[in-house]
Amino acid sequence: MTPNLNLWLIPVLPLAGAAINGFLGKKSSRTAVTTVGLFFPAAAFAWALTVALRFSSLALPYQEYLAHWIRSGSFTADFALYLDQLSLVMLLVVTGVGFLIHIYSVGYMWDDPSYYRFFAYLNLFMFFMLTLVLANNYLLMFIGWEGVGLASYLLIGFWFTKDSAASAGKKAFIVNRIGDFGFLIGLFLLIQHFGSLNFTEIFAKVQPFTPETAGAGLLTAIGILLMVGACGKSAQIPLYVWLPDAMEGPTPVSALIHAATMVTAGVYMVSRSHVIFERAPIALTVVAIIGTLTALFAATIGITQTDIKKVLAYSTVSQLGYMFMACGVGAFSAGIFHLMTHAFFKGLLFLAAGSVIHAVGGEQDMRRMGGLRSYIPWTFLTMLIATLAIAGIPPFAGFWSKDEILWKAYEANWVYWLIGAITALITSFYMFRLLFMTFFGDYRGIQVDDHGRGHAAHGHGDHGHGEPHESPMVMLVPLMILAFLSLVGGLVGIHNGFEHFLEPVFGHEFPQSVTEGSGGTELLLMGISVLFSLTGAVLAYILYVSKPYLPQQIADSLGSFYDAVLNKYYVDELYAKLFVKPLVDGSTSILWQGVDRKVIDDTVNNAAEGARHVSDEVRHMQSGNLRSYAGWIAAGAAIVIAYMLWLGAGR
Amino acid sequence: MVPLSYYLVLSGILFACGVTGFLIKRNIITIFMSIELMLNGVNLSFVAFAAHWHVLAGQIFVFFVMVVAAAEAAVGLAIIISVYRTRETLNVDQVNLLKL
Repeated sequence: MTPNLNLWLIPVLPLAGAAINGFLGKKSSRTAVTTVGLFFPAAAFAWALTVALRFSSLALPYQEYLAHWIRSGSFTADFALYLDQLSLVMLLVVTGVGFLIHIYSVGYMWDDPSYYRFFAYLNLFMFFMLTLVLANNYLLMFIGWEGVGLASYLLIGFWFTKDSAASAGKKAFIVNRIGDFGFLIGLFLLIQHFGSLNFTEIFAKVQPFTPETAGAGLLTAIGILLMVGACGKSAQIPLYVWLPDAMEGPTPVSALIHAATMVTAGVYMVSRSHVIFERAPIALTVVAIIGTLTALFAATIGITQTDIKKVLAYSTVSQLGYMFMACGVGAFSAGIFHLMTHAFFKGLLFLAAGSVIHAVGGEQDMRRMGGLRSYIPWTFLTMLIATLAIAGIPPFAGFWSKDEILWKAYEANWVYWLIGAITALITSFYMFRLLFMTFFGDYRGIQVDDHGRGHAAHGHGDHGHGEPHESPMVMLVPLMILAFLSLVGGLVGIHNGFEHFLEPVFGHEFPQSVTEGSGGTELLLMGISVLFSLTGAVLAYILYVSKPYLPQQIADSLGSFYDAVLNKYYVDELYAKLFVKPLVDGSTSILWQGVDRKVIDDTVNNAAEGARHVSDEVRHMQSGNLRSYAGWIAAGAAIVIAYMLWLGAGR
Repeated sequence: MVPLSYYLVLSGILFACGVTGFLIKRNIITIFMSIELMLNGVNLSFVAFAAHWHVLAGQIFVFFVMVVAAAEAAVGLAIIISVYRTRETLNVDQVNLLKL
C-alpha cells in the first residue's frame, strides 16, 4: 500500500500565495506581502523535501488522482499527478532554486512600487511550473506549459510602462505560440493514434514499436512536432529570438524563469517523452542537430554582447543547446543532470549579475563597469564560482554534467563532441570576458549622479549611487547557497550516480556501448575539454586584462563578420523581413483594407444605406391623410379578394 | 322566394357605397355613417347566408356586429364631439395631426 503523499499541495501552495498577494497585496504592507510571498514557496519546498525523504519507500511511478477533467468516449484526461525520479529532480530544482530566488527578490525588488504584484506573479509561475512537472498526462502538462508562458509574459513586461519591456513580453508570447502550435499538433497526433494523452498509457502502447517498425513516420512526426514545442519554450534555433529580449524583465525573473526553470521545460518534456524519441531515430537526430547548432551559434553571439544580462541570455540558449544535444544522442539523464547543475550556476550567475546591476545603480553595460572586485567582494566570489562552474573547470558542478554530455555525444558521433568542445571553449571565453570586464581593471562608470537610466529601468528609487555598494544580506545569502550548490552539485554525478538514480525512468542507455575499456578515451576527452576551457579563460585574460586594446583591433580586422555577430547575425532583422513584414503588409492590404473595410464594413454600411433609401421612398405612404390610409386599406383588401377569386377560379 | 344572389348583390352595392363614401367624403359624421353602411352591407350577407343554409350562426354574428357597432357609435360620436370642440372643424383633411 503506497502512502498518500498529498502531492497536490506542492503546486497549490504557491497558487494560494499568488491569490492572496494578487487580491490583497495592494493594500497590505510590504512585510505582509513578503511573508506571504515567501511562506508559500517555502512550504512547497518543504513538502517537496518530505516527499523526497519518503521517496525510497514508494512504489514508482507514484500516481495521484485528484479529479475528473475530460471524459469523452474512451478518451480521458484527469487532474492527476505523476511522480518518478525525473519529476522528483525537477520538483526539487524548481521549488529549491525558486525559493532561493524568491528570497533574493525581497532585496532586489524592495523599492519597486508594484512589489506585491511581482510576488503574486512569481508565485503564480511556481504553480504552473509545478503543474507542468507533476502532470500525469500531456494535457495537464500543456496547461502548466501555457501557464508558465503566461507568467513569463507578465514578468518580462513587469515594467510595462517601458515600451521595450512591453514589446519583449509580446515577442516572447508570440514566438512561444509558434512552438506551442507544433506541440499541440503533436498532441493531436497522439490522441488520434493512441487515443490517450496519459503518459503511462501512451508509453505502454509505444513500447512494442522498434525503431525499424516506426518507419511509418508516425513517431518521427510526433517527435519532431514535440521538438518544435520544445524549441519555442527552451529557446532553440529557430525560435530562440525571444529569450535575449526577455532580459527586459527584472533580474530575478531572468534567473528563475529564463535560466533555471521555465526554459528547461522543453528539455523536461523531451526527456519525459523519451519512449517516443528513442523509437524515432530521425527525430532524435533533429533534436541533436538543433541542440548542437544552437549551442555553438548562441555562444558566438555571446562573445560580442556588452550588456551583462544579454551575455548570460545567450549563454543560457547555448547551455540549453547542450541539454538538447544530450537528449538527441539518447543521453537523457545527462541532459537532466546538466539541467540541474545549470539551474544552480546559471541562476547564480543571473542573481550575481543582478547584484552587480544593483551595485552600480541600474547600469547593465559592462563597458561602464570594471574594477568592481573590491567594492562587492561577495558578489565577485559567488560569480567567480559560477563562472568556473559554467566554464567546466573541475570540480565545479558544470564540469561533471558537461563532461557527461560531451562523452555521450562522442559515443554517438564525434562531430557533436567537437562542436560541443569548441562551444565549451567559447563559453569559457565569454564568461571570463564578462568576469574580467565587470570585476577587473578600473571602474569605468560615472561615479556620481548617473542614475537616470537606473531610475527608469529598475525603480531603484531614492538611494543615491555615489559608489558601487554591496547588496544587502537578503540578496547575498541566496547567492552563497547557490554558490555552494554550484560547487558541489556536480558530485552526485560521480560514478554515474545521477544516471543510476534516473535509470528506472530512462532505462539503460546505450547498452551496446557500456564498454568499461573506454575509460581511457573518456579520460582523454575529459582532459581535452578541460584544456579547452582553460584556453578560453586564458584568452579572455589576455584580451581583457593584460592587453585590453587587443579586442578592438581584432574586431576591426574581422570587419563585417564581427558586425554580423555583434548584431546577432541579423536574425531578428531577417525574421522581421521574412515573417513580420509580410504578415503586417498582408494584414494591412488584404485583411484590413480588403476584407475588413471592403467586405465587412461595406456590407454593413450598404445595408444601412439601402434601408435608408427604401424607407425614404416608403415613408411617403404615411401622409397623415385619413382618406389615403383608407384608400390603401381598400386597395389592399381589393388585391386580397382578387387573389382569392383567382385562386378559386383556378380550382 | 328571392334568390340568394339578389341579397348578395345588394349587400355588395351597400358595401361599395360605404367604401366610396368613406373615401370621398370629408365630413367626419358622413364618414361615420359610411362605416355603418359597410357594416350593414356585411350584416345583410350574413343574414342571407344564414337563411339560405339554415344555419343560425350567421344571425348571431349579426347581433354581435350590431352591438359592437352601437358601442362604436357611442365612442366615435364622443370623439367627434371632442374633436369639434378642440378644432372647430369636422373636415378630416384638417385633422391630420395627433398633436395640436
